Amino acid sequence: MADTKAPPVKPVLVTGTGSARTVLLRRARELALVPALLLLMVLGTIVNDSFLTERNLISILGASAALAMVVLAESLVLITGKFDLSLESVVGIAPAVGALLVLPAAQSGWGTEFPAALALLAVLVAGAAVGAFNGVLVVKFKLNAFIVTLAMLIVLRGLLVGATKGKTLFGMPDSFYSPATTTFLTVPLSVWLAAIAFAVAGLVLKYHRVGRALYAIGGNPDAARAAGIRVERVMLGVFVVAGVLAAVGGLMQTGYVGAISANQGQNMIFTVFAAAVIGGIALDGGKGTMFGALTGVLLLGVVQNLLTLAQVPSFWIQAIYGGIILVALMIARVTTGRAQD
Amino acid sequence: MSSPLVEARGVVKRYGPTTALADGRLTVLPGESHALVGRNGAGKSTLVRILTGLQAPDEGTVHFDGEPAPPLTDRDAWRRKVACVYQHPTVVPELTVAENLFINRQPLRKGFISWRRLKSEAAALLDTWDVRVDPEARTADLKVEDRQMVEIARALSFGARFIVLDEPTAQLDNREIERLFTRMRALQDSGVTFLFISHHLQEVYEVCQTVTVLRDARWITTAPVADLPRQALVEAMAGETIAEAAERQRAAEPAGPVLLDVRGLRSTAYDNVDLTVRRGEVVGLAGSSASGKIELAETFTGLHTPTGGTARLDGAPLPFGDVRRALEAGVGFVPRDRHDQGLVFGMSIGDNATLSVLDRLGRFGFVGTERRRHVATALIERLDIHAEGPEQPVSDLSGGNAQKVVMARALASDPRLLVLVNPTAGVDVKSKESLLARVDSAREDSTAVLVVSDELDDLRRCDRVLVLFHGRVVAEHRAGWRDHELIASIEGVDHG
Repeated sequence: MADTKAPPVKPVLVTGTGSARTVLLRRARELALVPALLLLMVLGTIVNDSFLTERNLISILGASAALAMVVLAESLVLITGKFDLSLESVVGIAPAVGALLVLPAAQSGWGTEFPAALALLAVLVAGAAVGAFNGVLVVKFKLNAFIVTLAMLIVLRGLLVGATKGKTLFGMPDSFYSPATTTFLTVPLSVWLAAIAFAVAGLVLKYHRVGRALYAIGGNPDAARAAGIRVERVMLGVFVVAGVLAAVGGLMQTGYVGAISANQGQNMIFTVFAAAVIGGIALDGGKGTMFGALTGVLLLGVVQNLLTLAQVPSFWIQAIYGGIILVALMIARVTTGRAQD
Repeated sequence: MSSPLVEARGVVKRYGPTTALADGRLTVLPGESHALVGRNGAGKSTLVRILTGLQAPDEGTVHFDGEPAPPLTDRDAWRRKVACVYQHPTVVPELTVAENLFINRQPLRKGFISWRRLKSEAAALLDTWDVRVDPEARTADLKVEDRQMVEIARALSFGARFIVLDEPTAQLDNREIERLFTRMRALQDSGVTFLFISHHLQEVYEVCQTVTVLRDARWITTAPVADLPRQALVEAMAGETIAEAAERQRAAEPAGPVLLDVRGLRSTAYDNVDLTVRRGEVVGLAGSSASGKIELAETFTGLHTPTGGTARLDGAPLPFGDVRRALEAGVGFVPRDRHDQGLVFGMSIGDNATLSVLDRLGRFGFVGTERRRHVATALIERLDIHAEGPEQPVSDLSGGNAQKVVMARALASDPRLLVLVNPTAGVDVKSKESLLARVDSAREDSTAVLVVSDELDDLRRCDRVLVLFHGRVVAEHRAGWRDHELIASIEGVDHG
């Protein structure tokens, strides 16, 4: 090989237009669902007069707020390259803990009759505690995240059913319902909260070292560790934050429904994963944006709303809903041009 | 003479009972490219781990610029002194080049990352070291050689001026290698010192000024490249084997008819390979880890589909890319790594040994338990596997016995062509003998055998050994070759 003539070093610098094109392409991946979303909106407007009304649009947002919070939580965990299935049970148990603390014994509470503010704080603490527990098992004890959180999903659901004896909790102070009932500029507080949460998360993921650390860990944990990122600590933190966000989502759900049933949040995790993956969050970590995840949530919200408006017989809604998720996945695959891992 | 940039003296490292490095010595002068060579297991990687602060030596000292090496926990201090570019990437594939350069130390503005400054600083850094890569490109899209340059640039930006390149050319083609060398020379001119590890000796002569040879975990010699002719270098690596070269000439086997006939086989890993194996003949395939020898052998077992060329087994075309059909055509296979591909560790010896022949053990897909037991027991006896019986889980077995189970599975289908990849890797001496005895007995029942191995002992049993270098067959050695001849052609010294 010594006699092989070395060709002059060819500049591999991509020219300006090429660079602009790659940036545009990356943008396009983030915006992959926007055309589908617009198409659905147009379709909805044509099919049903009441779709494109302020009231209906706000109701779509209000109905999606709780889901949005949990999708946000799950997306953070997924980007870090882990799983958290137990979030759906956190949606149930975290507000229930608050309710049980605040309700008198006569209303199936624990009779501690905490002040409402303290009880609300307890909701967040409960979410954080579950997240921390998951995190310790997954990160410190190196157990498989899928199985650990699956077990936690079952355990927490069981604890909720046990603590309430299967009954529905209601009659909490107004502040429990305020996220869904209070409005600001005619839009419920829960929607504003979810919007702010997404904006902050998006900002942190893009513009903060901690946010970039999540992508690094999800993409190549060894490289992240070599770069001086405290991989274990960040992962643990993500689990805790996810728990808190899911707890907030649970509170929104409580306000939206007006009570806490023993199966609040049940089966929600499937929709959560669907929204996240449709929105471009990779299941094996390191990929996806908050904007993408948000479009995933909105798409599912609009679909749900359209099905209701079209008065599809309730027995068929699930089949159609599932079918639409599949179609959305295919569309996302085609428009992004990349495999969904 | 300037004081050494890196100096390691009397370094000893043990892993349990094995001594990975018994007497490691290395002295690298500033501004030179220093080669570290030795055969597999000579202790190169152990020395590198110690030099880069991944592990502490059990004995001995490491000095940088005359100062003792920092403690292992002080990663930042290590990063300012030394960096290693490995074969596998230590960058995050989904992030841009710019972000990988400044990962976890991105330039901030009011606590938030300033993407504009990140981009301009990355561009400036790449520019300083003349790395022509778009800082906005996704790192996964880079060519291997550019990715290596990005990693080098990142290391330099920490202040390190001593870069370890661990087999950097293994995944590159000739032109890319030349470009990498051009860049290495340019960096060397601007004051960067390299420790260059490679299995290809001609590369050592091309870019390095000094070479250190390790053998059997010991320092052998350090000399200027110019003073060490290739023959002397190979002898230093191979040891005294030249005098005791096995002279035993195998009795000329009655040449059977050609069983495997390969013409012009091509793929990304090898190019234009012609090869024949006769019935009852044992053919060895040797070469360095990037030579394509394993891919070539795996092609015959249906693991890969070549891009061109033909292979015929007993006149009929060999099915490519389909393990099942290759098996049916009469190919038995011992895969390269018993942990990855060889064994299902949760299952019993009997299950593992009969895994590929279950369809012969019963009808309509049902497996006859008694028949399987019978077949498995026979295999255990035939291969002299030390086990309680076919029900014992494979995970209980020692490395040698586990490897015999893999061999049993390959033989269970009574193959016409037996492909063995690293058949004695990680196996004790006694099991090695009994595994290699299988090769001899395969010869007697006129099976054709293809052995791929890094071990000279495995290859010594072969009637012929073909040597692959960068995907081409470059040499053929008849039985009775001398060790240094074979090593020289494996390392690409007598050609290229």
